[in-house]
Amino acid sequence: MEELTARQLRDKIKAGEITSVQATKQVLEAIEKHDKTLGAYISVFEEQALKHASEIDKKTASSQPIGQLAGVPVAIKDNMCTTFGATTCASKILENFHSPYNATVVEKLLAADAVIIGKTNLDEFAMGSSTENSGLKRTVNPWDTSRVPGGSSGGSAAAVAGRLCFAALGSDTGGSIRQPAGFCGVVGLKPTYGRVSRFGLVAFGSSLDQIGPITLTVEDSALMLNVIAGHDPNDSTSVDEKNAPACDYLENLEKPIENLKVGVVPHFTAGADEQVRQAISQAIELYKKLGAEIVEIDMPHFDYAIAAYYMVATAEASSNLSRYDGVHYGHRTENPNDYIEVYSKSREEGFGKEVKRRIMLGAYALSSGYYDAYYLKALKVRNLIRGDFIKAFEKCDCIITPVAPTTAFKVGEKIDDPLQMYLADIYTISANLAGIPAISLPCGFDDNSLPIGMQILAPAFEEEKLLRLSRMFELQTDYHKKKPPIIS
Amino acid sequence: MSDLEYKVIIGLEIHVQLCTRTKMFCSCGLEFAAEPNSRVCPVCLGMPGVLPVMNKKAFEYSVLAALALNCKIAKFTKWDRKSYYYPDLPKNYQISQYDLPFSQNGFIEIPLESGQTKKIRITRAHLEEDAGKSVHSAGDFSQVDLNRAGTPLLEIVTEPDMNSAAEVRTLAVELQRIVRYLGVSEADMQKGHMRFEPNINLVITKNGSEYKTPIAEVKNLNSFRAVERSIEYEIRRQLDDFMETGRVMEMGNKSTRGWDDANQVTVLQREKEEAHDYRYFPDPDLLPVEVDDDWLNEIKSGLCELPLQKQMRYVSEYKLSDYDSGVLTAERSTAEFFEQTVALGGEPKRVCNLITQTGLKLANEQGGSLTDLGLTAEKVSELAKMVDAGDVNASAANTIMEQMTKTDKDPQTIAEEMNLIQKSDAGELESIVEQILADNHQAVEDVKNQGKKAKKAQGFLLGQVMQKTKGQANPKIVSEILSKKLS
Repeated sequence: MEELTARQLRDKIKAGEITSVQATKQVLEAIEKHDKTLGAYISVFEEQALKHASEIDKKTASSQPIGQLAGVPVAIKDNMCTTFGATTCASKILENFHSPYNATVVEKLLAADAVIIGKTNLDEFAMGSSTENSGLKRTVNPWDTSRVPGGSSGGSAAAVAGRLCFAALGSDTGGSIRQPAGFCGVVGLKPTYGRVSRFGLVAFGSSLDQIGPITLTVEDSALMLNVIAGHDPNDSTSVDEKNAPACDYLENLEKPIENLKVGVVPHFTAGADEQVRQAISQAIELYKKLGAEIVEIDMPHFDYAIAAYYMVATAEASSNLSRYDGVHYGHRTENPNDYIEVYSKSREEGFGKEVKRRIMLGAYALSSGYYDAYYLKALKVRNLIRGDFIKAFEKCDCIITPVAPTTAFKVGEKIDDPLQMYLADIYTISANLAGIPAISLPCGFDDNSLPIGMQILAPAFEEEKLLRLSRMFELQTDYHKKKPPIIS
Repeated sequence: MSDLEYKVIIGLEIHVQLCTRTKMFCSCGLEFAAEPNSRVCPVCLGMPGVLPVMNKKAFEYSVLAALALNCKIAKFTKWDRKSYYYPDLPKNYQISQYDLPFSQNGFIEIPLESGQTKKIRITRAHLEEDAGKSVHSAGDFSQVDLNRAGTPLLEIVTEPDMNSAAEVRTLAVELQRIVRYLGVSEADMQKGHMRFEPNINLVITKNGSEYKTPIAEVKNLNSFRAVERSIEYEIRRQLDDFMETGRVMEMGNKSTRGWDDANQVTVLQREKEEAHDYRYFPDPDLLPVEVDDDWLNEIKSGLCELPLQKQMRYVSEYKLSDYDSGVLTAERSTAEFFEQTVALGGEPKRVCNLITQTGLKLANEQGGSLTDLGLTAEKVSELAKMVDAGDVNASAANTIMEQMTKTDKDPQTIAEEMNLIQKSDAGELESIVEQILADNHQAVEDVKNQGKKAKKAQGFLLGQVMQKTKGQANPKIVSEILSKKLS
């Protein structure tokens, strides 16, 4: 059963060949066996998941209508609010926070009859690229447990790669779905900004954050997107169905894109490791063989993306995180002398180093006298980058880049060098700045048998095309079929 | 105290709570004096992961008010976050509008004692969410009630165009009338629906030179009296301070003061204007608002004749006194009732008297509005016509009006049933007059002699007739008959 994808499992449950309880039990056993090592989960809902699975089985047995995820065990990143279990954001400040409401995506998963098996680890408040910034626990890469799973959705990526769930949700502010998916050899999709409701996703950078699936295959990615996409009246920034309707992403998935034009940006790839570059070149060659035309494109403002990103994201974060103050919920310091100390000490004790660094950075960028030079300028760069993509997509259907300059690095390797860590996101952040969809696909392995990820970017709201051309690649390759040694 | 020449300069910041059904960015209800923290949800509590959704009605109400204040409405406006830490501000930022408010550059016209009006310029009006309330009761802790958090507030900022406490009070009253007319706020001062923050200073002329005193901002005044008294106090205080210390306005020496109602003084809260850095930036959770012509026209259709215009029109068109016009236009429903009644043929002054002397008196006693009394414009105009025709006298009319609030009967029926119809039959009255003249020789003589006592004697005779007819004779006709008989 552990060989099945989410789509296959769903079909088998629907056909009555496997029960959701069996699948859930199998996942719970795998968690029991491997998660001590992997550390993917912050919480596991054993009892609730089994109960839910048996309810779904009853539905299937009595031929009642069943949702798209018919009893498939899935995991969600622990920065999405659930009324069950805690919603910690891997932060001490929310360690015991229990949300009074469910995130819209959680409601949608439940409505689709998914079994939510647990909530996964992340860099605290999704700030990081290795999951090492988690304030609660350490997650490692299933391909090499001395290495990081990437981040910030490292728990979700490790859980999917380690077969500790059949699919998972992550969130992506600058690459937090795609980079860990790349490091863990699975498929990660960041949809267009506004495609999936952010309501109930604990905000990091509100204008950049987007929820998306981490799955074993492109097909599963399409299935998950089917479930979570769509306008939400609770999220003003979720896109109107009239302007860009979500569709059934599975329906035409197997149909190849005719006259495909693949964009490549030579100076993008130049900075990546040799083996990463090779894998990407081979992938591009494969598209050529499939009939695609390769188009060289120019992204003149690419070099400013990281700087602009770390202004916008931290500015928004400094404001979004100001509510964690020990007054209304979350960690409160003991014996404060006055209310100022309730704030300063609660936050001092509750937040980790990287979160504090980003709050400081963001508050600085928004301060009067600096606003124009930093925040406003970053917004201008953001517009230029958006313009670069619009121009580029006049010439091509998609752009292929590496997901990250390297494969998974060693635990501890970059944790004391924030700038090096920030560079892990160099290829992914542009998509967030521009709001466009992007996917991470397994496209090879390096000499250490570590997965290499390929990123494909597409124009806004063209997830259907993005998934179809990803599926073209997936059908020709078997990188996604290889399992990490820990579970082989 | 001082015989210096000085001019008072006052500008205002005003917060008006809009009377929408729900809060600015969530669907919690707005209810005064509800159980603490019972009108809250994850959104207004600022829980992790929540997102605001703009209340369209609140935006429309604000635009309507700004239109009435002659403001220019922006085609494009956006929301900004204003950051500061306070326990009653759950997100530690307030959603407000910073550099692109939805409206700017308007004015409000206020009536002056002289009968003329004065334009006070409005700098801007923007929309924002209110904070909760901190409750500092006994003990070494404070409590927070977040029922009010997220309430839609219209903030109006004026130019420093007012020159006396009386002018500020007049503006406050006028603004209250306007927002009530438009139906965008209950503007109940006691419930904190309107809060005023005057910025006050003086320009003093001494030995031919001008000196400006440091500006004082008095926070959170929520009664007309407090507004007026605190400004009067500030004027005296600033004069004294200038005499004593000679301190003048400088960069950063604006102070913030509070009003101590018990002692009728303003109290210093912050000596120097702290360099507040609110770290404003556009709220990424909310889309900018674009106001196109269709929408603006739709909102505009909610405009009506403003109270001051109405009041002035009543004076010129209906020849009512300024006082009467003010009373009639205090509430929109009263004014509309008055106008309907006049349109049906009631003589304006007659209708005005019926409404102000009886209608509003009864409404007041019952704690409601004129329109809650069950009167109809048709019947009141009929009654006014009866007075004009001399069928009933003024005092009887008030009795009938009162009766009309209790029954559905028309005024004619009530008048007949209560025996209040005046005797206007000249023949009948003539015989009564003759009898009175026959019984009162001395008075008749006095009138005929046209001496000092003539006027008094004629009044006496009229009184006798009225007494004889139990007040039902039409005094006008009686007077005519008397004059004829005695000439």
